[in-house]
Amino acid sequence: MKIKNIVMAAVIGMSIAGSAGAGTGAVVVDGSSTLLPVAQAAAEAYMDKNPGIKINVRGGGSGIGIASLQDSTCDIANSSRAIKASEISLALKKGLDPKATVIALDGIAVIVNKMNYISGLTKKQVKGIYTGSISDWSQVGGTAGKIVVVSRDTSSGTYEAFGALAMDGGKMRPDALLQAASQAVATTVSKTPGAIGYVGIGYINDTVKALNINEVECKKDTVWSNTYPYSRPLFMYTSGKPKGESKKFIDFILSADGQKIVEDQGFVPLRKLK
Amino acid sequence: MGLSDKIYKYIFMTVALSSFVFLIGIIIVLFSEGLPVLSSTGVMAFIFGKSWYPTSTPPEFGIFPLISASLVVTLGAMVVAVPVGIGSALYIHEIAGVKQKMILKPVVELLGAIPSIIFGFFGMLIVAPFLQDLLHLSTGQCAFTGALILGIMAIPVLCSISEDALSVVPKSYREASYALGANRWQTLWKVIMPAAGSGVSTSIILGISRVMGETMTVLLVTGGAAMIPKSIFDPVRPMTSTIAAEMGEAAVGGAHYHALFAIGLVLFLITLMMNMIAEYISRKYRMKLGQDV
Repeated sequence: MKIKNIVMAAVIGMSIAGSAGAGTGAVVVDGSSTLLPVAQAAAEAYMDKNPGIKINVRGGGSGIGIASLQDSTCDIANSSRAIKASEISLALKKGLDPKATVIALDGIAVIVNKMNYISGLTKKQVKGIYTGSISDWSQVGGTAGKIVVVSRDTSSGTYEAFGALAMDGGKMRPDALLQAASQAVATTVSKTPGAIGYVGIGYINDTVKALNINEVECKKDTVWSNTYPYSRPLFMYTSGKPKGESKKFIDFILSADGQKIVEDQGFVPLRKLK
Repeated sequence: MGLSDKIYKYIFMTVALSSFVFLIGIIIVLFSEGLPVLSSTGVMAFIFGKSWYPTSTPPEFGIFPLISASLVVTLGAMVVAVPVGIGSALYIHEIAGVKQKMILKPVVELLGAIPSIIFGFFGMLIVAPFLQDLLHLSTGQCAFTGALILGIMAIPVLCSISEDALSVVPKSYREASYALGANRWQTLWKVIMPAAGSGVSTSIILGISRVMGETMTVLLVTGGAAMIPKSIFDPVRPMTSTIAAEMGEAAVGGAHYHALFAIGLVLFLITLMMNMIAEYISRKYRMKLGQDV
């Protein structure tokens, strides 16, 4: 164990030695790549307002963020999924008590190619398509043709949210194309006539068509009213309740100015902004 | 030996030994982080298991679809890279004039210097949609596209190592062949190629290692579906892209995390074996030519 630690330190230690650790005066934010743009933009705005305070933002993934929270190498862990039971128990073992703050909402839009004339699907149909019982567009009222199912990687927070909301925890069909980023999902759908995919609300653009789900459109209002079925919260985790500089930064994100940044970055703010 | 000489000696020794330390470190980490899942899932169930559902409950860690994806893509890439890479080496070394050589060699080397992410982007945005329309595929992101692009990426490796091998063949061989009345083609095919044969095979094996370990390109162009491909036009998920795509999100210390390390271990053992074979062949080759000259 000791040798392993030394070796680990030798191999990866140098690469992170340069960045400031927790508790050195700077607030270190790590984690979800989904939330990275929000955290970066918020950190820049916050540092402009509060000269002398340094906020270091890193990305890499929700799992990496929570792991560095457990190792006390970051103060705030961004996560696009809820913390897992195994991660909580590991944190408790280390004497830490991770607490979540919801900082933004997101609607997960189901998108198809522009050439597809279908305008909506039911929750049941979406589940059928993603779990494998529906494989042809003619089964859901479209023009006959193979459905090319596009998804995020099964370990991404977006997939986990979609899996829970749309597939009831069912297994993804094995022939689904798994993309490493939401932008890649949107690009693939825009270039593949028979494709269906899902992305955060901020990724809806002119090159793809977002479908109504159970006849509800994916937009801010329906996410707030909770009538759009696929919406999810996005988190910032801290060890214990946020305090000190971390609390001030999180409070800034929750403020009207911070929520404006959330909206500008393509997510749904927690409340309607004036 | 003066003091400064000694200092330099130790500085360079430390630098030289550092790769050794890194290698040992990586091996230890791979084994210690990868073994837990092998003991809980079982080695056979891990390697030959047919479903990879790392995040469902209960998770399933069968990497056979990922191994078969790596193999299909690598084999396909070699079908592209071997004839083109070795063919270019033969042309550059044996047939091209000085001027052509001066242009061709740097061009091939430049191809090898293009970052793999650029090949990936190019493949995803241009080649995949193009093949999709051309071949009427349901999606262009498949093993075939991956193999094609990785094949192009491996050409420089094969070409430059084969060219080195050809240049080591002694002039006397060629002169003897011509003296016996053989023409250029016969000399090339029956004398030069066999003499450079083991160097050329080394280039193929190193090309395979390069393709097998390639990550960014396959992540972007092969589609990423974790299933055993039934045809070369099916989307696949090679081992490297699985690790790259999932490591950031896996809970550190969890079974999924260990499983990703175990994939890394399998990949490492495969490339290690390839490099050892290449080393063995090239050593044999050096000795053979040494005796003959």
